[in-house]
Amino acid sequence: MRKVRGLPRLNVALLLWLFVVAPLFLSTQVYANIIHSERSLYRNIIVEDTGDLRCLRFNVKNSQSNQSCFFKSKPQSLVFNYTKLLFSALLINNQPERILIIGLGGGTMSNTLHQLFPTSNIDNVEIDPSVVKVAREYFGFIENHHIKTYVQDGRIFIKRALLKKQQYDWIIFDAFNGDYIPAHLLTQEFLTESKQLLTPNGVITSNTFSSSNLYAHESATYHAVFGEFLNVRNHKNNNRIILASSRQLPSGQALVKRIASLHSQLSAFDIDIAAIYSSIISSSTDQDWPENTRVLTDQFAPANLLNLD
Amino acid sequence: MQHTWQNPLIYMLAFCSGFCIMGIELLGGRILAPFFGSSIHIWGSIITVFMLSLAIGYLLGGKLSTQSASLKRFGIIFIIAGLLILPIALSSNTIMETIFIFIDDSRYGSLLASTALFFLPTVVLGMLSPYSVRLLVTDKNKSGQIAGKLYFISTLGSAIGTIITSFYLVLFFEVNQIIISFSLVLVLLGVVAIVADKLSAAQAVSYA
Repeated sequence: MRKVRGLPRLNVALLLWLFVVAPLFLSTQVYANIIHSERSLYRNIIVEDTGDLRCLRFNVKNSQSNQSCFFKSKPQSLVFNYTKLLFSALLINNQPERILIIGLGGGTMSNTLHQLFPTSNIDNVEIDPSVVKVAREYFGFIENHHIKTYVQDGRIFIKRALLKKQQYDWIIFDAFNGDYIPAHLLTQEFLTESKQLLTPNGVITSNTFSSSNLYAHESATYHAVFGEFLNVRNHKNNNRIILASSRQLPSGQALVKRIASLHSQLSAFDIDIAAIYSSIISSSTDQDWPENTRVLTDQFAPANLLNLD
Repeated sequence: MQHTWQNPLIYMLAFCSGFCIMGIELLGGRILAPFFGSSIHIWGSIITVFMLSLAIGYLLGGKLSTQSASLKRFGIIFIIAGLLILPIALSSNTIMETIFIFIDDSRYGSLLASTALFFLPTVVLGMLSPYSVRLLVTDKNKSGQIAGKLYFISTLGSAIGTIITSFYLVLFFEVNQIIISFSLVLVLLGVVAIVADKLSAAQAVSYA
């Protein structure tokens, strides 16, 4: 019986896709409107409007390289699935008071976090001054006495923060754009330095890769620094989020409560925290990289070469 | 007394020094990144220091070649260069950490760090080019041709050193392993040059 009822539903979905969703994609291809483009010190930056959607792109030819998008009519809903997955960190620490974001993009993550936690301090670190300028001009990037932006290499910022004995509850790495990886942000030494910046309840979430040879090396490197870590992944695209902390996920009643309270906080941003929770897989139950994988270090960091395959 | 094998040996040495110079320059970016990042000015610092050191090296090497130039002295320069690049592997972290703490601006930090790490070895490596010309030229008419051939071979060495290091060596070895290998190669080549000098002196005696 179930199958019989399921089939027409599938057909409807197919029809919907054919006549509504697919043409939508086609039309966005046609009507994409470049409203700003510049060559920065590091890349080509393009700001593009397609109807209501505004996107920041770092490359001309490959439309997959969207860095940051938002709906002009709904600026607070997050467009990218991977940005939503980053919120898995709140399952471990739901009151981050000091947040560090490495890799600004359009500043949408910073904006969303500011709305969620208006009194939390957010430090954004971005290497490219042009990206900061574009975020301010085209993406409504909010800055105030809680939100600071530093035009600096992420590694230097973290080293200096260590010298100043600063601490963060949540560190977000979003500095990899798919084409080029800053290899010095993917080594055992860098992760060790970042770990030292964490408060006892601190969490690191990193937006990384799920394909290419780099996957195994990256997993082995996180494992070398943090021991067990969590993978948060969806099957729709290539992103995976690594969630690392010295704290465990809550369990039992505490977890149910945490999910319920986060659900009411996050649903305004189109984030389904229960679904995100169900897509978390621990590296201890599923160690999906070969045992002898070489750990990436400052001495051995061919991340870009490994990412070619 | 010139021997037929002596010139190819000098060209080979020039090739290897070109290879090592660019191999080290390329690894410079990797070495500095943990302390000074990968901003565009890191390469500015590295390339500035290498160009400046080479320029000074050319001047000093040319000057040195006017005083009883020999294959033996040529070999000694190689050995000194090989030893001078060892600190890049052995004490770079201490040097960079000190500079990092005292200089806030990563432009000047990276410039000072590149100077501390790369200036001396690159000056000495730069001395090798004019010195090679001195050893190779016997006929004034051919001096330009010989200098051209030498530049060709040493620059070819640089090109190959760049591509081999960046495409393959970093994929298999640690930065320090590569630097120490360069050091060993340079010292070994220096020893070869000194032994060759001894051999040719012995032969010259037996001919006489």
